[in-house]
Amino acid sequence: MTINPDLKYSRDHEWVKEEDGLFVIGISDFAQDALGDLVFVNLPEVGDAVTAGEAFGDVESVKAVSDLLCPVTGTVAEINEELLDAPEKLNEDPYGAWIIKVENVTASEDLLDAAAYEAFCAEA
Amino acid sequence: MGSYVPSTEEQRREMLQAIGLSDYRDLYCDVPESMILNRPLDLEEGKSEMEVRNAMAALAAKNTVFKTVLRGAGAYDHYIPSIVKYIPAKEEFLTAYTPYQAEISQGVLQSIFEYQTMIAELTGMDASNASVYDGATAAAEAAAMCRDRKRRVSLISATTHPDVINTVRTYCYGTNDELKVVPMKDGKTDKEALKALLNDGVASFYVQQPNFFGLFEDADELGEIVHAAGAMFVMGCNPIALAIMKTPRDCGADVAVGEGQPLGMPIGFGGPYLGFMATTMKHIRKLPGRIVGETTDHDGNKAYVLSLQAREQHIRREKASSNICSNEALCALTAGLYMATMGPDGMAEVAKQSMAKAHYLEKALCALPGVKVRYDGAFFHEFLLDMPKTAEIEKALMDKGILSGLPVEGGMLWCVTEKVSKETLDEVVSVVKEVLA
Amino acid sequence: MKLIFEKSVKGRKCDILPKLDVEPVALPEGLSREVAPRLPEMSETDVSRHYTELNKQVHGVNCGFYPLGSCTMKYNPRIDEEAAAMEGFTGVHPLAPKSTVRGSLEVLDTLREDLCEITGMDGMTFQPAAGAHGEFTGVLLIKQYHDSKNDAKRTKIIVPDSAHGTNPATAAMCGYQVVNIPSAPDGCVDLEELKKVLGDDTAGLMLTNPNTVGIFDENILEITKLVHEAGGLCYYDGANLNAIMGVVRPGDMGFDCVHLNLHKTFATPHGGGGPGAGAVGCKEFLKPFLPHSAMMEMPGRIQVRAFMGNFLVCVRALAYVMTLGREGIPEASTNAVLNANYLMHKIKGTFTPAFDRICMHEFVLDLSGYEKETGVSALDVAKSLIDYGMHPPTMYFPLIVHEALMLEPTETESIETLDWAADVFRKLYELGKTDPEFMHNAPHHTPIGRPDEVKAARNPIVRYTFA
Repeated sequence: MTINPDLKYSRDHEWVKEEDGLFVIGISDFAQDALGDLVFVNLPEVGDAVTAGEAFGDVESVKAVSDLLCPVTGTVAEINEELLDAPEKLNEDPYGAWIIKVENVTASEDLLDAAAYEAFCAEA
Repeated sequence: MGSYVPSTEEQRREMLQAIGLSDYRDLYCDVPESMILNRPLDLEEGKSEMEVRNAMAALAAKNTVFKTVLRGAGAYDHYIPSIVKYIPAKEEFLTAYTPYQAEISQGVLQSIFEYQTMIAELTGMDASNASVYDGATAAAEAAAMCRDRKRRVSLISATTHPDVINTVRTYCYGTNDELKVVPMKDGKTDKEALKALLNDGVASFYVQQPNFFGLFEDADELGEIVHAAGAMFVMGCNPIALAIMKTPRDCGADVAVGEGQPLGMPIGFGGPYLGFMATTMKHIRKLPGRIVGETTDHDGNKAYVLSLQAREQHIRREKASSNICSNEALCALTAGLYMATMGPDGMAEVAKQSMAKAHYLEKALCALPGVKVRYDGAFFHEFLLDMPKTAEIEKALMDKGILSGLPVEGGMLWCVTEKVSKETLDEVVSVVKEVLA
Repeated sequence: MKLIFEKSVKGRKCDILPKLDVEPVALPEGLSREVAPRLPEMSETDVSRHYTELNKQVHGVNCGFYPLGSCTMKYNPRIDEEAAAMEGFTGVHPLAPKSTVRGSLEVLDTLREDLCEITGMDGMTFQPAAGAHGEFTGVLLIKQYHDSKNDAKRTKIIVPDSAHGTNPATAAMCGYQVVNIPSAPDGCVDLEELKKVLGDDTAGLMLTNPNTVGIFDENILEITKLVHEAGGLCYYDGANLNAIMGVVRPGDMGFDCVHLNLHKTFATPHGGGGPGAGAVGCKEFLKPFLPHSAMMEMPGRIQVRAFMGNFLVCVRALAYVMTLGREGIPEASTNAVLNANYLMHKIKGTFTPAFDRICMHEFVLDLSGYEKETGVSALDVAKSLIDYGMHPPTMYFPLIVHEALMLEPTETESIETLDWAADVFRKLYELGKTDPEFMHNAPHHTPIGRPDEVKAARNPIVRYTFA
């Protein structure tokens, strides 16, 4: 399992990167491995409000659906439409395949740095 | 009396003993004594197979089977080729469960894949599901799949079969969504009324083609109106008419559904029938129910599986858009088999003959005094006539073994299929003439 | 195997219809189809051979043991098929005058009376076409009831976490918020958890008893009483009725409405996924809310499909109930339970039952320990059973048991079949310890091996592409 040292992580295994005022969100390598081969991603629409701790979409494997829980509260600024055609990118390159970008962020979960997240995963 | 339990009394006791029990009642040790039914069920004694056959035949004999059926209104008496009756009775097709175990279900899966292809061909759409319960529930499911968070209102034309309107209304009642009925004008959807009802809260509009009165709607135009308002266009089509009629895809439909009963299923007092649903690739993940997809096995052999299952209730649970599980698989197989037997020409022939004979009867009846067509316009194999003495006409035809058109307020809704000969149609006209004389 | 489209030969056909005997009529301009549908063009021999070939690649109840838990794959008697194929039933229009369909109405009335007696209900509709459709109808009875009392605050339906997926999906389709409650370790309702969520927002509870692990919930009277005291109604999912017919009735357990799967409990065939029939029964006070048909002069407010329902399925069910009758109905249930307990007893010592106690008509094996030890999963065992001519049990359900295999032998299997099945399980248990690889690759003797489901879902191909 790899952990990108430059990112922050939620306890629900999403990663977050702040970039020019936007919060970029994806799922961790740990998450993609636990979910198995992903076959579809349900994304929100640009402009949708998202709330920290609540689902903003979901990912499908062949036999399961898992909610994507948003680590921050704000508005969806961008979605990665490429994932609609190529959900396998989440498996192949979890830290490259961002899912949404959030703007106007007003609240955030208490996020973990890479070291703390590594320890968190070790306990899971 | 039989219960289809093969083990003998002695074997059953042996089994009880093996599990360490002495009495059948011990099997129900978890059931509180107070709840146990302390009397025999109030049913008749079980019967032998021969008695059951006779009893069922006696019940069947209490029904009247008309040699000619001129009633449609959602159930159509087309000719069913002999082979279409025999093949679905094959025991493997008949007694298998849902093909979740692909390795021993390739036959069922392939038959569904073929059915999906034929429905896609018939409707011009990209993708079909493996069936839903009937045409009415297909319409309701279509309305549901078109809704999103912002667009919740469904529209349906007043020219739709009343059972379909009611069913869609009931599904909307379930999810607390609104259904509005678009009024009709001269037997067809009122386009101005439709425009007035459309807004950015409307998810979809449903029109039946041909409609309940048999008339062809101006589907292209309706589609344009609906799309201009950003809503989805759903068409409910007669599958026989689709053999010759402009496809829903060419009319701009986003979802095409319909009652598949005319494709080889008997009228059977209302069921089992077949709901078909097809859509574009864009909306395939919103399509409810089972879908069969092609893939390969680990050796690279072509294989069919139930696919996109993460849409469905057994995985998505309360977040699934539909709760459908069992569908009408054997009816879908029957429909595929019917279409293969008839072929493209045969299907078109059924459509053309039904239409020609319906027009022949309409013309002949309209020549009688007091009879006139209620709504002008191109029609398929059903037509609504204003005529008096409908009860007498129904009775007089019944005496000849003919089920008349459906009596409605002030007239009758007639339907003619390829099964009815010119000779019979002439007989109908002379009986009606006599009643009206 | 070739697809039917690949066997099509241009110009080939079956001769079915006579020549048209009236003037042809052309479709008006603009209404005609531009391109004919590419349906297969075949001779009758082609059609017959094609479907016969497909039929050979299907495992039906007639082929062999089919212990698919929660699906009640009992034998489907052929006399029921013969009855349903009678022209007096198939040739009747749903909108024909009542005086001409007395036989059909009698079929439904008799079946209604019998099934009400078996379930302890007062009224019944046959309109729902399947189990899930019955659930939808049943929960709409609950919704209408609360509406009739202007009780708008009841927005929640309680569903145990061991329930079939259709239960929560149904509640959502009826506009309810689903409250999942965790089950007690034995899969039964945890009364404390139930009490925690009950309140004046409770619309009802959906439950099956025996539950999805095959255990009869002995607290059932307490459960239904608690729900009623909170002002909610109790819905009985009839999926597991085959365990208890003639012994105990949902109506006597305190349930207000119930759906039955005629295609499970009452032996009508499943047809590769349908058609079924999901009759819904209810107590007297819910009768006004049963569905109707706009076209058929039935009273009621809701309608869940056109006309009266899957009538020909009801004909089969009536023939079945007639055959079994007063003694046969309880005999079927008792033997379903006996067979399940016997098979569990015979398998015990190899794979581990999730609950080692008297079960109802089905039981669950927990392979999690075995999987840790050998690497052989429930899926591997299921796929290996196929090579022995046995249909696999239900896999990975209920969700509360890990590596679950759920077996429901039904009453129509003999002791010889059960002994044989137990032997097969024993062999596989040993094989997994010595040659797990072989089981990972099972089945070995089927037309295809395990399909790549990921590929199918990522790039959906759902129709044939013509050359």
